Order: sequence, then structure tokens, then C-alpha cells
Amino acid sequence: MNSLLDLILRLDCWLLLAPLLPGIINKVKAWVAGRRGPPVLQLYYDLARLWKKGVVLSTLASPAFVILPAVTWVALLSAAMLMPLGPLGAGLTFRGDALLWLYLLALGRFCTAWAAMETGSAFEGMGTVREVSYAVLAEAALIAAVLALSVQSGSMALATMLGPPMGAGAALLAAGLFIVLLAENCRVPFDDPNTHLELTMIHEAMVLDHSGPPLAAILHGASMKLLLFAVLLVQAVLPMSQLKPLAAGAALACGVLGVTVAVGLVESLLARFAFRRVPLLLTTAFLLCLFALLVAWKGGLA
Amino acid sequence: MNHAHLNLLIGLAMGLNLLALGTSRLPLLIRAMSAQGVILGVMPTLMERPDWRVLLVAAATIGGKGLFIPGMLRRAMRTVQIDRELEPLIGFVPSILLGAGGTIAALALTPLLPLLPEHANSLLVPGALATVLTGLILLIGRTKAISQACGYLILENGIYLFGLLLIQAMPLMVEAGVLLDLTVGVFILGIIVDRIQRAFDSLDTRKLTALHE
Repeated sequence: MNSLLDLILRLDCWLLLAPLLPGIINKVKAWVAGRRGPPVLQLYYDLARLWKKGVVLSTLASPAFVILPAVTWVALLSAAMLMPLGPLGAGLTFRGDALLWLYLLALGRFCTAWAAMETGSAFEGMGTVREVSYAVLAEAALIAAVLALSVQSGSMALATMLGPPMGAGAALLAAGLFIVLLAENCRVPFDDPNTHLELTMIHEAMVLDHSGPPLAAILHGASMKLLLFAVLLVQAVLPMSQLKPLAAGAALACGVLGVTVAVGLVESLLARFAFRRVPLLLTTAFLLCLFALLVAWKGGLA
Repeated sequence: MNHAHLNLLIGLAMGLNLLALGTSRLPLLIRAMSAQGVILGVMPTLMERPDWRVLLVAAATIGGKGLFIPGMLRRAMRTVQIDRELEPLIGFVPSILLGAGGTIAALALTPLLPLLPEHANSLLVPGALATVLTGLILLIGRTKAISQACGYLILENGIYLFGLLLIQAMPLMVEAGVLLDLTVGVFILGIIVDRIQRAFDSLDTRKLTALHE
């Protein structure tokens, strides 16, 4: 009974809080630009509206076009279940769940890319190619970061990996993971979520032909992914296991809020980079995580 | 205690190496180089009990590498009106990867060297190796004379880091002499850069290899 309650609470936490983050980001952007901006709850309204709409299907598309967004959404939700939430711990934890977590994220991306190509539109193919080629570099950085955490804590389970303090590598890891967060969630220096100019869209190009409930699943999944990375970043940097449960929960909430505001600020202060400059930034993220790994490894020896 | 501080400073210097390798903007390259000079200048005061000789070396290093030499390079940059390295021989991503690989190799291979026990735990030797390698990559991979000068100065920073191992044994005059040489070298380079620009209308050193009648 107790575990059921825990599960429901955790699901609520991920499902209901996630759409708040894009709203906060948009509010910060509006505030920096001196506008009033859309309400913080805008994404909830959008999701409710999309849920009531019908689906427009291309004659070319197979049933996978509708199924794959759902698979993506489930993969992201499962990844969220593996991620510990400060004092609550993880919904499910076992040795090596970090690997499963990485592969669930990859599965989510694979399904989005596949669904994008179902309609046979050239733009979606282009967006997919860009998204996947960025992902190759971002994934290397993410794997290096997970390795660093694993070496530091001597464990392969996310719940025990994210507990102990990172020491000197924390700053490197924070910078690296923040860049990965921006790249994985298609935020500004890599992709502009507001652009609808066909030649520059990346993620938006992939979801161009979706409508109704599948689009709602995609949008909700994207917001969950943002929350997932923000939670990972905060827990990787802050020494969660050393704080009291209440303080840890508060620190996690404040940290996630801080990361969200930082994303909004980056988005208002930076322009997106030219395509050929992106690999340099992602390589930098990879190196930051790699050096965090090095610090964890060397620090363990000394 | 001091050991940890020293290693932190050397780690910062190694980070600046990668920044210098990754940037295409000359002002940022010069700033990275001068920040590294300042960090290196602070180090002797952490390693020794600060008496007047050590303080003098530190002040001269900070003044020379942190202020005077970058100032001259900036002046040269302004006179020739160039602030980007546009077509490097080794691209920015390959050179930053090379630098990172070199840094990791230096960290991994240093324990194999026959070092004194008091240097075994310090990052001085790997830091010096990584910095020398960065300087080499910049010297080989860049085409503009100013970035090559920065590469040369970063190379010298690496040699200075090696020299810090011998800080007890090395006389003050050697340090001062090296610093003086360096300053004069950069001074002459500042003039030459201007001449190259006037004669060839470009700072691309590849043009210097072709013969004219």
C-alpha cells in the first residue's frame, strides 16, 4: 500500500510538474525582454487543447506514426522513474540502471526520429539528420558524465551514484552537463524552440506533421526530458546524501528552479550558433565531463 | 594544504590551455595566455616561504607575462587590425582534442617517470608537459604570426612550470634572464608583425615561405 502511494506521488511529481519548466523559461525570457509573456501554465492549456483535437494522418504514414510518440513518452517516463528524486530515492533501482537510463533516452530519440520520417517529408528528414548528428556528440558527453559519477561513487546504480559529493570535479561536471542539457533539449545555442523557419529548425522540424494527442505526448515528453536533465544536473553537483531529507528536497527544488532560470537567461542573452560552431561547443562539453572523470579517477588514487 | 592550492592553480592553467586551443578570437587567446602567466607568477609564493627574492620573481613574472607582453601583443594586433584566426592548419576541434589527449596522456604517463617523492603527488610535471604540448600545437597549427607568438609564450609557460621543480636550486638570475629574453623577443616580434603586414598585406606566415625575385 505504501509503495503504491509512493509510486502515485512520484508519477504525479513527474507528470504534473514537468510542463511547468517551459512556462518558467518563457516567463524569464519575457521578463528579460520587458514583455509580459504567456502565462506560466501555458503548456498545460496547450496540452489540454491538443488532447481534445483529432489526428491528421498522412496517407503515406504507417500506424507507427501514432504509436512511436507514445513509445517515446513511455521511454522518457521510465527513465524518469529510474532517476532518484532527492530524499524520495528512485522508484526502481538496481545495479547498472544508469545504462538502462542512457538507453531509454536513446530509445526515445530513435522513436522520435523514426516517427518524423514516417510522412516522407524532406524537411523532417533534414531536421532528423541534424538532431541525430548533434545527439552523437551530446551523448558522448553524457556518457562521460555518467562514468565520472560512477567512478566517484564506485557504483553503477543511479540512486547511489548521485548521493556522494563530487569534490573538485563538480564545477566541471556542472558546466558540461548544462551544455548537454541545452543540446539534448534543443535550447538556444543549438536550436531555437521558437523558430519556424524551415531551414533552421531542428527539433521543431521533426514534429511538424504531428497533431492532436500524439503531439501532446511529444510536447509533454520534451518537458519531462527537460525536468529529467535538470534533476540530474542538480543531483550530480549537490551532495544530496549529506543533507537532511527536508533540506535535500528544498535544495533539489531550488536547484531545478535555478537551472530553469539559467536556461531562460542563456536563451535571452545568447543567439543560436552557426551549425559549424556547434561541434566545438559539444566537444567542449565532452571534454568538461571527461576532465571531471579524470578528477574523480585521480582524486580516488591520491 | 599548499599542495592542494598549487594543484588547483595548475588545473586552471591546464584549462586555459584548452581555451587557448579552442578559440578563434585573438583577444581571447591573448587573455588566456596572460591569465596563465599571472597564475604561474603566483605559484612560487605558494611553494616557498615568501622572502624578497621569491616575491621579486613573482612580481616580475606577473608584470611581464600578465601585463607587459600581452599589452604589446594587443598593440601589434591593433596596428595590423586582425582579430581572428580564420584558416588554421589544424582545425579548432582537432586541436582541442589533441590538447585534451595530450593532457590526459601527460597525467597518465607521469607516474612512470622517476620523480622525487615530494613531486610525485603534484600536478607540476603533467601540467608542464601539457602546456608545452599546447604551445607546440599552437605553433604548428596556426597561420597568423600573433597566434604563433602566443603559442611560443604558452610553450615558455610550460618550461617555466618545469623550472618551478628546481625553484630551490635555480638562481634568481636565470629566471630574470629568461624573462628578459622573452620580453625582448616579443618586443621585436611586435615590430616584425607590423613589417610583415606592410610587406605582404597579410599576417599569414605561409606567405613568408614563397620566394620573390
